[in-house]
Amino acid sequence: MATKKFRCKVCGYVHEGDKAPEKCPMCQAPQSEFEEIVEAGAEAAAPAKKGLNTNSNVYTIVYAAVMVIIVAFLLVFVSQTLKERQTANVINDTKQQILSALNLRDQADVAATYDKVITADALMQPNGKLAEYEGEFNTSYKSEFDNGNFHVFVADIDGERKFVIPMNGLGLWGIIWGYIALNEDRNTVYGVYFSHSSETPGLGGEIAGTKFQDRFPGKLVVNGEEVGLKVVKYGKADKGSQFEVDGVTGATITSTGVNTMINKVLSAYIPFLTKQCCKEGGCEEGADECCDENSND
Amino acid sequence: MANKNSEAFKQPLWVNNPVLVQILGICSALAVTAQLKPAIVMGLSVTVIVAMSNVIISLLRNTIPNRIRIIIQLVVVAALVTIVSEILKAFAYDVSVQLSVYVGLIITNCILMGRLEAFAMQNGPWASFLDGIGNGLGYAAILVVVAFVRELFGSGTLFGFQVIPQACYEAGYLNNGLMIMPPMALILAGCIIWYHRAKNKDLQEN
Repeated sequence: MATKKFRCKVCGYVHEGDKAPEKCPMCQAPQSEFEEIVEAGAEAAAPAKKGLNTNSNVYTIVYAAVMVIIVAFLLVFVSQTLKERQTANVINDTKQQILSALNLRDQADVAATYDKVITADALMQPNGKLAEYEGEFNTSYKSEFDNGNFHVFVADIDGERKFVIPMNGLGLWGIIWGYIALNEDRNTVYGVYFSHSSETPGLGGEIAGTKFQDRFPGKLVVNGEEVGLKVVKYGKADKGSQFEVDGVTGATITSTGVNTMINKVLSAYIPFLTKQCCKEGGCEEGADECCDENSND
Repeated sequence: MANKNSEAFKQPLWVNNPVLVQILGICSALAVTAQLKPAIVMGLSVTVIVAMSNVIISLLRNTIPNRIRIIIQLVVVAALVTIVSEILKAFAYDVSVQLSVYVGLIITNCILMGRLEAFAMQNGPWASFLDGIGNGLGYAAILVVVAFVRELFGSGTLFGFQVIPQACYEAGYLNNGLMIMPPMALILAGCIIWYHRAKNKDLQEN
């Protein structure tokens, strides 16, 4: 059955035979307008060899389904087997970030340093008192903040007490977060740490660098009953101001994001920062430490 | 055959560079070239992923239904990138933090789809592997050149270390702010393409 097929290039008529007809029976085009259809033969032969038509609908659907199932199982398997190690890494990294706010960057043994330095993982009560946090160590302080669990980490650096507050907010492209460490007066910044998920490297990404973070220590947080600490446009910070910090050059939106984050989160901590419990009475005259009764150890 | 394989590897490094000639992967080139370190990390990750996905697609090429081949390619790339990123998270957390931003960019990198469609669908695994490595390195090379210029003149640093001495700043030298902005990556890539076309006359169009 070695019949060849010829198609008329003018009207598309297909002639079967050993050679092209002299004239197209449909449109009268001459023999030169006919071309031989070669792929048709090859195409018909190939699937027959493998016994499968890779262009059929059934094949396509089955192929897609099998592909998806294999990939899904693969991903689930990988994710499940590695989960434990990943969680451990994330916890370690979170602890390192908290330590970074206390100016203890790049620790070799994070867990040990953390256990030594951080004396309590506490929750702020509505009146500003601290109560011991009973749950597992947390790595998502955004959901904790949204749920009304205001964490405060109490740290002991060379005999001085520091408080670390976790913060969350939005930058230009994605989420940003950080930790701010305060001195015992709950007002002076001891150190900060910021990080981001997807800010532009070299611009917004610079908030994760020490050049920006080193501008914070020594600044004051509380101005009266409000959060006074501000990140302003680069170069606009009043030199004499105790509250204003220069933002990052060329990254105004990310800097504004940091500012909003500081303001939003620390506003929620105002009762703690201003020792509201002391003002509400209930503690003895002159007892400056009354807010700390639940957190001393 | 050996000659064809070595061509598959060498061509994309310069003569048929994916960024310069095929103008692929420009979007990620904008995003990561403000500094050298992310540029190198990105270049190497893309190299690894292109090579691996090229091999997988090349092995599957005869079974893939023609009508859904792009989706299949995408699934393979996305699965591969996700698995690699999960493994990094478990065993090399620092690297994965570095890569976090770029993982998404790798999946959407046009070089991947371009090579899978243009090369791996027609060629054997070994040739596809070499083609992937070649294209990845060709891409990485352009990123490094652009990032080098941008970081040096934009921030005065290389790999984060101060290179331009403080004395220059005191004498009135200023970092070029435009260098850090994304459009500068396009301008620099344009300059490299200009040079490349001047050297390869057969690529010039009238």
